[in-house]
Amino acid sequence: MSANPTGPAPLRGENITLSYEKRQIAENLSLEIADGSFTAIIGPNACGKSTLLRALTGLLSPVAGQVILEGKDIASLAPRQIAQRLGLLPQTATAPEGITVAELVARGRYVHQRLLRQWSSEDRKAVDEALRLTNATDLADRRVEHLSGGQRQRVWIAMVLAQETPLILLDEPTTYLDIAHQMDVLDLLHELNMAGRTIVAVLHDLNHAARYASHIIAMRAGEVIAAGAPSEVITGPIVSQVFGLDTEVMADPVTGNPMVIPHDRRVRTST
Amino acid sequence: MSLQTNKNRAAPPTGTVLVIGSETTNILIDKRSGLVALAVCAVALTLVVLALLWGDFPIAVREVIDVVLGGGEGLVRTVVLEWRLPRALAALLFGAALAVSGALFQTITRNPLASPDIMGLANGSYTGMILALIFLGGSWSTLVAGSLIGGIAAAAVIYILALRDGLQGFRFIIVGIGVSAILASVNTWLLLRVELEVALFASAWGAGTLNTITAATLVPAGLAIAVLFCLLPMVLAPLRQMSLGDDAAASTGAAIKPARLAAIAIAIGLVSAVTSVAGPISFIALSAPQIARRLARSTEIPLLATGATGGVLLLASDLIAQHVIPLSLPVGVVTVVFGGVYLVLLLIREARRTM
Ligand SMILES: Nc1ncnc2c1ncn2[C@@H]1O[C@H](COP(=O)(O)OP(=O)(O)OP(=O)(O)O)[C@@H](O)[C@H]1O
Ligand SMILES: [Mg+2]
Repeated sequence: MSANPTGPAPLRGENITLSYEKRQIAENLSLEIADGSFTAIIGPNACGKSTLLRALTGLLSPVAGQVILEGKDIASLAPRQIAQRLGLLPQTATAPEGITVAELVARGRYVHQRLLRQWSSEDRKAVDEALRLTNATDLADRRVEHLSGGQRQRVWIAMVLAQETPLILLDEPTTYLDIAHQMDVLDLLHELNMAGRTIVAVLHDLNHAARYASHIIAMRAGEVIAAGAPSEVITGPIVSQVFGLDTEVMADPVTGNPMVIPHDRRVRTST
Repeated sequence: MSLQTNKNRAAPPTGTVLVIGSETTNILIDKRSGLVALAVCAVALTLVVLALLWGDFPIAVREVIDVVLGGGEGLVRTVVLEWRLPRALAALLFGAALAVSGALFQTITRNPLASPDIMGLANGSYTGMILALIFLGGSWSTLVAGSLIGGIAAAAVIYILALRDGLQGFRFIIVGIGVSAILASVNTWLLLRVELEVALFASAWGAGTLNTITAATLVPAGLAIAVLFCLLPMVLAPLRQMSLGDDAAASTGAAIKPARLAAIAIAIGLVSAVTSVAGPISFIALSAPQIARRLARSTEIPLLATGATGGVLLLASDLIAQHVIPLSLPVGVVTVVFGGVYLVLLLIREARRTM
């Protein structure tokens, strides 16, 4: 499903070790985000997905190893240089009290603004376009704190889109959304991917990952267990190794991609 | 309500914001914050006029106008230009400096209770100043150096003690209040130990006063404050972005660590500049940012309006200290009373909200 001819990986982790103060989260981890890919990161809670995204975006410096963004060690780049190439939707972000949707989305334009050019017609266009893509145009003048969880999620995605970066990393973009809006967001990411952007998303729904992603990285306890095309990663043995759960993997009747049906404990005991 | 969009001119993100300037060179101003700043400045100007007229030596409006235009009698000129004007300007400028430093602290810590006075920086500056006075003599530059070092040292101690939670935790505030109380006792102890003249000289500042302001002490402190104000625009945009949370701010391109450090340095510098001349004046830094924010009904602390509010608060307090109360009190006593009322109101509000 990869949309674009792949060049050298725009973003790589080379033997990175990640830790918060003394607590080590990942050791000697290596991975590549392929150019033009839609990469899904999957794995159980607390396995280090968000931590990995923070490292890949330069927010957390690895204790050892390097993150390479377009050939350069990300540690050597200034926040502005990083923000021109990649945008991040963090798992938790706080909207300032009283801020409107349009103002929040406009905050995504930070990297394009200067001390004496705080607003331009490009900013206006980018904000309008981001609102349009996320179906949030009608929300523009509403206060973010008055929105539903799903609306809020779309608005935050709009903020990241307004940054207009070739690489977009999203931490659980579909959480809080109903099934229709989950599909909307995934379709939107797919469209952006088709339009040439490289997408990395942490997804909890394996079926979504299998259906939409061109590449999947499966993590467990700070380790990359498998990486590759959905058909290589979403297999019974790997899913069981990653999540410690017995599953049936079959072909998705809609797309033919792998599809995961979990066994629950009752089924296991009754068989 | 929004500005019309034509092809050459970009409409601002929302109708409450105004784009001032051309397409290539412009700044954004929140309409209501701007209006509030203007209104408060008008109040400040009125208070300055009042400060020039009011006092034991009666001066008429006409005489003030003469003096401003360069005329007037010798004695009237002296009273207006050498006594009353420097003091009124000092009140405005120092009030603004304290308020802005409070705004910086409250923005960085995301806590309306954080301010350099509550956190002990002013007391630390004062400790530094007393030590400089005792050991190095009383020249202005040593006092400033002492108060600057004292402020930085107090900040460093608080930071180290509170490190575990980072800057956002309540721990930071509590530790600050503790350090502030300890420093206050240290200051009292120091003053008890030194010779009488030194103690009298130093304790003149102790409560925070503008009695000793002359043009000669105002100019260097004013210059320091002006320079620090000029540095503000560099940290404002990243600080504003930090209200999204550190990760979102950094990933949109804000250099948050340097901005935070620079903002703290500017805030400490502002407090120290004021303290070195006027002693520790409390509660302006705590209250002015929140008052301005309420007036502007704004998401962020509006800096211009905050500065203007701080100036008005200190000038009004000083006028009360000088003229309303029968004995001439240091202005610090008035701001403490005012601040106490403010704190009680704030606590009642919070209690209502959480109940
Ligand atoms: N700021 C922090 N300080 C210390 N430990 C942290 C911090 N953030 C996360 N951790 C720990 O690091 C580990 C990995 O957390 P991380 O947030 O990366 O997991 P995750 O895979 O994103 O989980 P989830 O699916 O629940 O979002 C967890 O054990 C977590 O407790
Ligand atoms: Mg996570």
